[in-house]
Amino acid sequence: MFRLFLASLAILFACLPANAQEAGLEPILQSHQEIIAKSSRKTIKPAIDAITASGLPQAQVMLETWAAKDMWMRKSDGLFFAGKRVEGRSYELTDFDTGEVIGTYEKSDLKQLKPNSGVRAMIGTALVQYQLTDQDRKRRLAALQSIQRDPEGALLEPLRASIEDETDADLKAQKQRLERLLTIGYDADTAARVAAVEEMSNDLGVDVRAALNPLVVTTRMVAPNLPTDENIAIVLEPGSEALSRDEAYDLLVASNLAAPRVSQDDIRTALSANIDRGRVGGVPVAQLNNETARTQAYAALAETGAVSALVTEADIDDALGKHVFFETYREASPTVTAAAEKALDHIEFKVGLNQTLDLLLDAISLASIYFLAAIGLAITFGVMGVINMAHGEFIMMGAYTGYVVQQFIPDHTLSIIVAIPMAFAVTFAMGVAMERLVIRWLYARPLETLLATFGISIALQQLAKNIFGTQARPLTAPGWLDGAWVLNDVVSISYVRIAIFVLALIFLGLFLYIMKRTRLGLEMRAVTQNPRMAGSMGINPGRVNMLTFGLGSGIAGIAGVAIGLFAKVTSDLGSDYIVQSFMTVVVGGVGNIWGALAGAGMIGFLQKGIEWMNPSNTLAAQTYMIVFIIVFIQFRPRGIIALKGRAAGD
Amino acid sequence: MERSFVAKNPSVLVFLAILSLFTLGVTILSEGFGIGVISTSFVKTLGKTLCLCLIAVAMDLVWGFTGILSLGHFAFFGLGGYMIGMWLMYERTRLIVVESLSQADIPPTPSEVVDAIGTQIFGVVGSSEFPLIWAFSHSLVLQLALIVLVPGLLALIFGWLAFRSRVTGVYLSILTQAMTLALALYLFQNDSGLRGNNGLSGLQNLPGVTASQDVVSIWFLWASALALGLGYMLAAWIVSGKFGSVIRGIRDNEARVRFLGYSVEVYKLTVFTLTACIAAIAGALYYPQAGIINPEEMAPIASIYLAVWVAIGGRGRLYGAVIGAAFVSLLSTWFTGGQAPNIPLGFHTIKWVDWWQVLLGVSFVLVTLFAPQGIGGLFDLWSDRRHPDRHCANLGPDDGALREKEAIE
Repeated sequence: MFRLFLASLAILFACLPANAQEAGLEPILQSHQEIIAKSSRKTIKPAIDAITASGLPQAQVMLETWAAKDMWMRKSDGLFFAGKRVEGRSYELTDFDTGEVIGTYEKSDLKQLKPNSGVRAMIGTALVQYQLTDQDRKRRLAALQSIQRDPEGALLEPLRASIEDETDADLKAQKQRLERLLTIGYDADTAARVAAVEEMSNDLGVDVRAALNPLVVTTRMVAPNLPTDENIAIVLEPGSEALSRDEAYDLLVASNLAAPRVSQDDIRTALSANIDRGRVGGVPVAQLNNETARTQAYAALAETGAVSALVTEADIDDALGKHVFFETYREASPTVTAAAEKALDHIEFKVGLNQTLDLLLDAISLASIYFLAAIGLAITFGVMGVINMAHGEFIMMGAYTGYVVQQFIPDHTLSIIVAIPMAFAVTFAMGVAMERLVIRWLYARPLETLLATFGISIALQQLAKNIFGTQARPLTAPGWLDGAWVLNDVVSISYVRIAIFVLALIFLGLFLYIMKRTRLGLEMRAVTQNPRMAGSMGINPGRVNMLTFGLGSGIAGIAGVAIGLFAKVTSDLGSDYIVQSFMTVVVGGVGNIWGALAGAGMIGFLQKGIEWMNPSNTLAAQTYMIVFIIVFIQFRPRGIIALKGRAAGD
Repeated sequence: MERSFVAKNPSVLVFLAILSLFTLGVTILSEGFGIGVISTSFVKTLGKTLCLCLIAVAMDLVWGFTGILSLGHFAFFGLGGYMIGMWLMYERTRLIVVESLSQADIPPTPSEVVDAIGTQIFGVVGSSEFPLIWAFSHSLVLQLALIVLVPGLLALIFGWLAFRSRVTGVYLSILTQAMTLALALYLFQNDSGLRGNNGLSGLQNLPGVTASQDVVSIWFLWASALALGLGYMLAAWIVSGKFGSVIRGIRDNEARVRFLGYSVEVYKLTVFTLTACIAAIAGALYYPQAGIINPEEMAPIASIYLAVWVAIGGRGRLYGAVIGAAFVSLLSTWFTGGQAPNIPLGFHTIKWVDWWQVLLGVSFVLVTLFAPQGIGGLFDLWSDRRHPDRHCANLGPDDGALREKEAIE
C-alpha cells in the first residue's frame, strides 16, 4: 500500500511541470534542474524538449543565454538566472520570466553552466524554431541553412508554421522547398510523403537527391525464410551477377549461419601450430610445399579434432540452399520507397541529360584552348609549311609577358588589356628575328627546320628557367572573370573558359579577315602557292614570309596570355601543348583554318569523351586519343579537311 | 672484281680498333680489374655512353641513310630496358622472397612464392597481382627474346600503318613523336602493370651474382662495347651493299625509287624495324647500368636529343653518329655535373648547370645552318674529299634530298 502511495506521489510530481507552465520557465528548469546543471549531451534531451514544448516567448532568450555560457545557478536554492559580470568577481542576475534584475551576487555563491559543444548543438536545433520567425532576415536565413545542413524530423512542424508569416519572397520559396524535402524524409503521413516525392521529382538539386537517397538505401540480409514484416527490395539468387556464390557464403558466415571457410593462410597457420616431431598429421613438413599435401595434412588434423573441419563445396551449396538472400529497404513504407525509386530514376535521367550538356560545354572549352594554341601553328605550319618546334615556347613567352606586365600594372583588367598587344609585339618580334636568322635558310630542308627550331626551343626554355626560376608564376585573371556561370546543380562553366571560347572565335574571324580581305593575306596566299610567280608579280616573298611567320608567332603569344590565365605559368608551359597543337593541325588538315578548327573540335571532344568513359584517368584518355589519331591518319592522311587540286601542292 | 667487305669499308677496321683499345684501356684503368684510376661510376657512365652510341648508329641508319626522321627510337630503347628490367626485378625479388619464406615452419607452395613476389614488386602501386605482361618474366630466355620482339613488333605495326598510307617527312616525325608520347603517358599510369612513374628499380644488382659493382660495371662495359662493335658492323654491312644503295635512293628521291620498281615500303619497314631492335638491345644494356628506368626516360624530348646527337656528329656516316653521341652526351654529363668552371662576366656569372642547355640549343642551330656535315665533316678535310661543284643546283628534286653542301664526290 505504501508503495502505491509512493508511486502516485511520483506521478503527481511528474505532472507538476505541466501544471507549472502558466507560472513561467523557472519551474520547468527546476523540474530538470539536475540534468541542466550537469549539461551532458546524453541526458540533456528531456530538458530541452520541455523548454521548447512550453511555448514560452522567454524560452528563446533563456536558450541563447545558456548556449552563450551566460546562465548561472544560484547555489543557495538552485534557481537559474542570466548572469552579467558587473565588477571584479560579482555578477548581476536577471530573472528569465520577469526580466527583472534580482540583485548582485559573489561568484562563490553561483555556479556557471558551461554546456559543451554537443549540448550547444542541441540547443541550436531547439533555437531554430524561434529563429525561423525572427525579425532579422539574416537570422532566418541562418536558421534555414542550419536545417539544410542538419535536417531533423522535429524541425518540420516549426518550419511549416513559419511559412505562413514569411514576408520575404525569396526566403519563403526556400522555406517551402525545405519543407517539401523534410516532408519526404520525416512526415508521419505516407500519402503526404509520396506527394512530396512526386512533386520534387523534376528537381535537379543535389539536396533533393540527398533527401531521396536515404529512402532507397538497402541492407543485404539472409534468413531461413523470407520475412513478411520487412520492406523487401529484391530477392537475390546466390551465384547470380548481383550476388556471387562467395559473397553469399560470406554473408552467411557474417550472420553466424554457417562455419567460416578455411583459407590457405588458415591452413598454413594451423599446420605450423601443429608440427609434431617434424610431421604434421603424418605428413613430413618438407613435403608440405604444395596445396594437395597441405589439404591432406589438414584433413588428418581435423579428424583428430585439433582444428575445425574444412568447408567443402558441397557444404557451401547445402548452406546456400537452405537460406534466402534478399535486400530490405531501411524505410518501412513500400509506397514511399516505390515512389522514391521512380523519382530517382526520373531525376537520374534528367541528370544524365544535363551531364551530357556539361560534357559538351567542357569539350567545346577544351577544343577552343587547343584551337587557340594551334591557330598560330596553322599559319606557320599550315600555310608556310614550316615546322616550328619553338611554337610552344612562343606561347610560354606570351604567358610570361602577361606576368611581367602584371608586375608593373597592378590593376588586373588593365594589365590584361595591355598584356595582349605586348605579348603580340614580343612574340612577333621574336618570330620575325627567327625567320630572318634561321628559318629563311632552311626552307628547302623541312626536317632541318624541325631540328633547328627544336634547338631554339630548348635554348628558350632554359633561358626562361634562368630568368624566372623553376617555380610557377601567377598570371591572375581579372575579378570579373572569377567564378562560373551556373545553369543548375549539374551544368556550370567558368567565365575564364567562356572568355577563351570568345577569344578563339575572335581569332577565327581575324584570321579569315586577314587571309581573305587584306592585301597581306592575298600576298601570303600567293607566296605560299608559288613564290617565284608571286615574285614576278612584284611581291617580295622574303618580306611576306617574314610577316606571315611573325603573325603566326604573335598569335601564339596572345594564346599564351589566355592559357596563362588558367594554367600555371612555367618554363615548360609550351611543351605541354606542342604535340597536341601539331596533332590538331595534322588531323584537321594542313593549310586550312577550318581544318584546324575541325581538328581542335575533334581532339577536344574525343579527349572529353574518353575521359567521361574512364573518369579517373586523364593519362589513359590522352594515350587512347593519340592512338586514335595515329589510326585516324591512316584513313585520312591529309586530315579531315584536305586541300584538293593545285593547292595541295602535289 | 668483288672487293671484300673490309676493303670497301676501311673505316670499320679503324673503328673496331679504336673501340677495342678504348675498352682495354678502361679495363686496365678500372677499379674492378685494373689499377683503379677510373671510378666505378665513371666506368658506368662510359658503358652507358657506348649504349647511346649504339642507338645513335641505329638512328643514323634510319635518318641519315633512309631519310626517316624518327622521333620515336627512344621509346624502343626504353621498351628494351623495361623488358630486361622485368626479369631482373622478378628474379632478384624471387631470391629475396624464397630466402625469407624458408625461415617459416612450413615450406612455401609455388603460388605463395609468386604472391609474395607480386606483393613486393607491386606494393608500391597498391596492387599485388601480376599483370598479364609479366607472364614471361620468370624466364631469362623468354624475356631476352622479348627485348627484341616487343619493340620490333611495335615498330613493325606502327611502321606498316605509317608507310602504307605514305605518311612521309615531317608528318611522319610528328606521328612518331605522338607514338612516343602515347607510350610514355600509358606507362605513367599505375595500372599499366609496370609500376607507373615509380618505374623499375634496383636493376644494377644482377640476381645470383655476388661480384661487386666494380666488376659488374666492367662486364657491362664489355657487353656494351661488343654490342656496339657488332651493331656497327651490321650497319656498315647493310649500307655498303645493294640494300644500302636503295635506302639512300629512298632518302634522296623516294618517288624515283618507287618508279624504278622497288617496293619502297618494304625497305623502309625493314630499316625501321631493324633499327628499333638495335635500339632495344642498346636499352637493355643501358638500364642495368643506370639502375632504374621510368617512363620519364621515354618522353619525346629524349628522342629529339638523339636526333641532335646524330646531327652534330654528322648524319649519313656511321662513325659520325658514334662521335656525336659520345661527344654530346659526355659533354652534357660534364657540364650538368657541375664540373665545368663558371665564367664570371662581372654583371653575371655563367653557371654551366644553368646555361648548358642554352649553349646546346644555340650550337645545334649553328651546326644545322653552317655545318650540315657535323663533326664528321672534319674527316673530309683530312681525307681530302670535296663537295661537287654544281653551281648551286639541287642534287635532287625532293625536299628531303641532299643539298650540294652535304654531298661528297
